[in-house]
Amino acid sequence: MASKWMANEGLPVIAHFEVCHRNYLAPDGSINRPLPVFAADANLLVALYRTMVLLRLFDRKAVALQRTGRLGTYAVSLGQEAVSVGIASAMREEDVLLPSYRDNGALIWRGVKLEEILLFWGGDERGNNFSGPVHDFPFCVPVGSQAPHAAGVAYAFKLRREPRVAVCLFGDGATSKGDVYEAMNFAGIHKLPVVFVAANNQWAISVPLRLQTGAETLAQKAIAAGFTGEQVDGNDVVAVCAAAEEAIAAARDGQGPRFIEAVSYRLGDHTTSDDASRYRSPEEVQAHWKEEPIARLRAYLASQNMWGKTDEEQLAADCHERIEAAVERYLKIASRRPETMFDHLYADLPESYAAQRRELAGGDDA
Amino acid sequence: MPEVTLVEAINLALGRAMEDDASVVVLGEDVGVNGGVFRATVGLQKRFGSERVLDTPLAELLISGLCVGMAVQGLRPVGEIQFMGFLYPCLDQLVNHASRLRNRTQGRLTCPMVLRAPHGAGIRAPEHHSESTEAMLTHIPGLRVVIASSPERAYGLLLAAIRDPDPVVFLEPTRMYRTVKGEVEDNGDALPLDLAFVVREGRDITLISWGAALKETMAAADALTVDGISAEVIDLATLKPYDENTVLRSVAKTGRCVIVHEAARTGGFGAEIAATIAERGLSSLLAPVTRVTGYDTVVPMARLEQHYMPSVERIVTAARKACQFG
Repeated sequence: MASKWMANEGLPVIAHFEVCHRNYLAPDGSINRPLPVFAADANLLVALYRTMVLLRLFDRKAVALQRTGRLGTYAVSLGQEAVSVGIASAMREEDVLLPSYRDNGALIWRGVKLEEILLFWGGDERGNNFSGPVHDFPFCVPVGSQAPHAAGVAYAFKLRREPRVAVCLFGDGATSKGDVYEAMNFAGIHKLPVVFVAANNQWAISVPLRLQTGAETLAQKAIAAGFTGEQVDGNDVVAVCAAAEEAIAAARDGQGPRFIEAVSYRLGDHTTSDDASRYRSPEEVQAHWKEEPIARLRAYLASQNMWGKTDEEQLAADCHERIEAAVERYLKIASRRPETMFDHLYADLPESYAAQRRELAGGDDA
Repeated sequence: MPEVTLVEAINLALGRAMEDDASVVVLGEDVGVNGGVFRATVGLQKRFGSERVLDTPLAELLISGLCVGMAVQGLRPVGEIQFMGFLYPCLDQLVNHASRLRNRTQGRLTCPMVLRAPHGAGIRAPEHHSESTEAMLTHIPGLRVVIASSPERAYGLLLAAIRDPDPVVFLEPTRMYRTVKGEVEDNGDALPLDLAFVVREGRDITLISWGAALKETMAAADALTVDGISAEVIDLATLKPYDENTVLRSVAKTGRCVIVHEAARTGGFGAEIAATIAERGLSSLLAPVTRVTGYDTVVPMARLEQHYMPSVERIVTAARKACQFG
């Protein structure tokens, strides 16, 4: 746009950028454009659907546990289940996941047990010693600070010529941090096998996206780092999967990093300690319920005769059983002895701290 | 054995570590072609290539965060921060990730990384180049904080830091980089971490220091002999975890202690040592434990920095006072 401050007539344009938006499934489950090849695999779509439903029901149970004092602060994925589940579905076992605290869906897809997730949110570090891939990172709590780790992990892959990819998930708020830019900048320089994913759920606690960035999209932030940023409809799991598959394949193929902005909406509170009604209207939330990812995929599956009422009933029963069994196991896990808080501080506990450990164990060092 | 400067000893240790272990990677600003602003990494990129001796963008947070990711993936990264005053963006990574990853994953993931930085004043540098805020680092559980004060100890301790399975911040006394020389055999022998070095035996008073302040502390010990005072000097070397036993053993022998550090007094690491002696060594004390430190001010720029740093005179005065107490 020309203005009196931009006397650009006749000046050559030396750079030109575009940001694409990807969507296949409309909110009513109808198709906007030909689906990617993998979407012909009914088993995959059903598996995605099942995991998203499991995540939603698990979240509901976790909140109930928190409200009754049996779980600590918990962050639900309500409304954005398609993002972390969809991204994780495109990863291989040997790839490395670097999740934020709202990525239970990715952990569940990668084989982390429900009781392990509960154990973490229940205030026990053993929940991070989980049974997913042994090299995956635990939830990152300081927003965006895992992005440089992802670049470091990807650098190690490149150095060792390993065909593996680091996949780093964070929220829209994280894109305001230097950490994320520094990591993307470095990844761009070295064409590292890393995929950065911003789950843009529109709200960083109470701060809306328009107060988070003046940019039209988050995806364009990749352009400054020298690689492609793409926006996908984060409520369309097919679009999330397709973007993730392409990005991960390109990264594995040595083509360097990609950035995916998955536009979704946080239908719930930020965490169980938050009350979103303080800062946004019920009308706004209600409007976004019409776009949510689970009903959308169900409508598509039903339209293709891949899913029916009995499937839905069976799934609900399966999830209920699985979640209740996990909760039962979680509640039975006894706390560690106090002195074990020292056990993984260092590879070998230095003598001066060993005395503190003995003190906690009831020794005579007190 | 060849005589080398402290910074040459650092360079020898880095080269040895990279030679011995293909997973050791050196990264930082200007560490490649330029060999580092103090030349600590000189020649390494030629020997080991630009993939293992890596010039990073100008981003300190990134350097520390990359180290975390690399270390978790089995590399042994050694990051360089050009001056301690530029280390603060790394604190988030050190506190929230490097130092606690082992603990928060109960040993599933570990973080064997080293972050190196020059330490202290006395080189007439601009602002933010003269910091000695090591006490801040010693407050971080799960971290190791090591500072060398001779070429021999720089070589041996840096090798130990790189081989250590946990994260280490390795501080290098800037004004000693080229002013001290020592015989260093590049034989790959590491020195033990977590142990203090008794660098001079004595019977009347214990002087404890680390980093460049050890130079004035040793000179003070020499000067005290004129008064007939025999001072024992301890180089603490590893500040976290620090070797309480060597300190307590020495104070039990001498009955007196002066702690010397360049860092500001309040909350400085000297306070920690004094508290340990008060708790566990009080009965052997013949005089109060005192500190000779930098002042509770911003490190002054070149014109006044000499007045900030503990001088031989200040140390001698404090030691005499302790010996005359009571």
